[in-house]
Amino acid sequence: MTAYLVSMLTFTGFFMILALALNLQWGMTGMVNFGIAGFYALGAYTSGLLTAKLGWPVGLAMPTAVAAGFVAGGLIALLSLRLREDFFAIVTLGFGEIMRLIALNEDEITEGPRGLKIDARPFAGMFDRELYPIVYLILVASVVALAFIVVECIRRAPLGRTLRAIREDDVVAEVLGKNVLLHRVTVFAIGGAFMGAAGALYAHYVQNISPEVFMPMVAIFIWMSVIVGGAGNNWGLLIGAGIVMTILEGTRFIGDFVDILDAEKLSALRIILIGTLLIIILRVKQGGLLPEQRFTYKGSQESGRTETQTSNA
Amino acid sequence: MSLVSPHDRVGPDDPRVLLSAEGLTRRFGGVRAVDDMRFSLCEGSITGLIGPNGAGKSTLFNLVTGVDRSSSGSVTLFGEDITKLRPYQRARKGMIRTFQLSREFGRLTVLENLMLAPQQQLGERLPAIFFQPGAVRRSDDAVYERALEVLQISRLEPLRDEYAANLSGGQKKLLELARTLMIECSIILLDEPGAGVNPALMQTLRDMIVELNRDHGKTFMIVEHDMDLIAALCDPVIVMTEGRHLMEGSFDEVRSDPRVIEAYLGGAA
Repeated sequence: MTAYLVSMLTFTGFFMILALALNLQWGMTGMVNFGIAGFYALGAYTSGLLTAKLGWPVGLAMPTAVAAGFVAGGLIALLSLRLREDFFAIVTLGFGEIMRLIALNEDEITEGPRGLKIDARPFAGMFDRELYPIVYLILVASVVALAFIVVECIRRAPLGRTLRAIREDDVVAEVLGKNVLLHRVTVFAIGGAFMGAAGALYAHYVQNISPEVFMPMVAIFIWMSVIVGGAGNNWGLLIGAGIVMTILEGTRFIGDFVDILDAEKLSALRIILIGTLLIIILRVKQGGLLPEQRFTYKGSQESGRTETQTSNA
Repeated sequence: MSLVSPHDRVGPDDPRVLLSAEGLTRRFGGVRAVDDMRFSLCEGSITGLIGPNGAGKSTLFNLVTGVDRSSSGSVTLFGEDITKLRPYQRARKGMIRTFQLSREFGRLTVLENLMLAPQQQLGERLPAIFFQPGAVRRSDDAVYERALEVLQISRLEPLRDEYAANLSGGQKKLLELARTLMIECSIILLDEPGAGVNPALMQTLRDMIVELNRDHGKTFMIVEHDMDLIAALCDPVIVMTEGRHLMEGSFDEVRSDPRVIEAYLGGAA
């Protein structure tokens, strides 16, 4: 049971990293990214292939995966210069699918649907079998913490204010002298880097990756996490990721108690449950469980607090 | 009121001209929204830009600030051709605008709307956030102090922590103008600052424009349908119709010109 819990927490950690990255891109800057699975896959396959096929050490392959996510994010964001927001969203969706289809079809390199077997692990041989999953959980948790600190520092800084201004109205931000494109490229690159990191961590955790893991559904789960938790609020999405993962995993056992559900029905049912949850939460709390907080500065009328909780206007 | 009398004909090469356009054209399909338009904006002036609806005034602002790209023609700012520059690059040279339908940052507070305005803040640079947190805080404190002054001037102090989306139309106009006070700029383009503003707020707005012009040397170009505002503040006045420069002169000259009466004022004047 402990082993199961540790594994679930580790998977929740991957979700949290992806959700934090999405919150930076969409929640704070207003850039829609439907290609999360693509960045996740890019990170996973970069690190996986470098270790499995070229024999790179994990300590070098994982940072390379992060760099790959960074570069891919930045390049895609460059397209936002000439694209309206909705078209940009479709580009990201396309990127996600392209990544998956490359993994599926370039099977001489990626092993395609057979799955890529990855033997290399971080800290391999340094800990015994019993302890290793916990060490890995700590590693994942550290990356979650790092992502949280980076995204939260940006949110609280004047940069966060500027990013939210771009989210609200990019044209006005631009005529006020903000280099909107530069900010968008930066944000997408950082988000892409963290998504790449999540992919690499995932790859060396499960040690066998195949393209069907990186379906667009992954993106939807992460969107759910951010929306349920509260877009723009980094604490909220941690809760959101926890809830989505609990439902995904928790419902796995319903089949044991209800005979009429076969595996196929059950997997459909889980998706329905998550959709229902989203609708209920958005009906009851429009800004998510923890909505974005209103910034107030010292000497503000709501004295004493630096930030006050408000519902969405 | 202004440094340059409308009776002096100033060409775009005159050193007093801060901003000028030559042959500016913007086609939308077959329509020429702005058609071979020219104008010169002199230092220290409050220049009015009037014309009937659809004359191309807002499109002209879009071309000048880079929000829209011109089909042909050029824009010159401080003697430099800025036709190919992106909007933020033009803004950083000291030209700020407002919009016809006020565009505030809705889910930012009034205070934040002001605080984000100063250009190239240290805290907008990623490395500085992580490696110079102290310097970032000091720089943001200075911005905060400046925002407090602007809140006083614009009389928006009671609304400082309100989301800008919740402001009334007139307050949003005021906020837009107040935002320009946060920025080191020499040219302010106002697109219908008086639209939908009640008379009391209108007075505040007018006072702010005069004060900025007289005491801070800001140069204005104002698109406005409220002829009282134009008459009180603007000299010279440029008349645009069908995307073209029709004439310019003092408000009285413009008002009595038969071409203008025909094109724009009709019997209303």
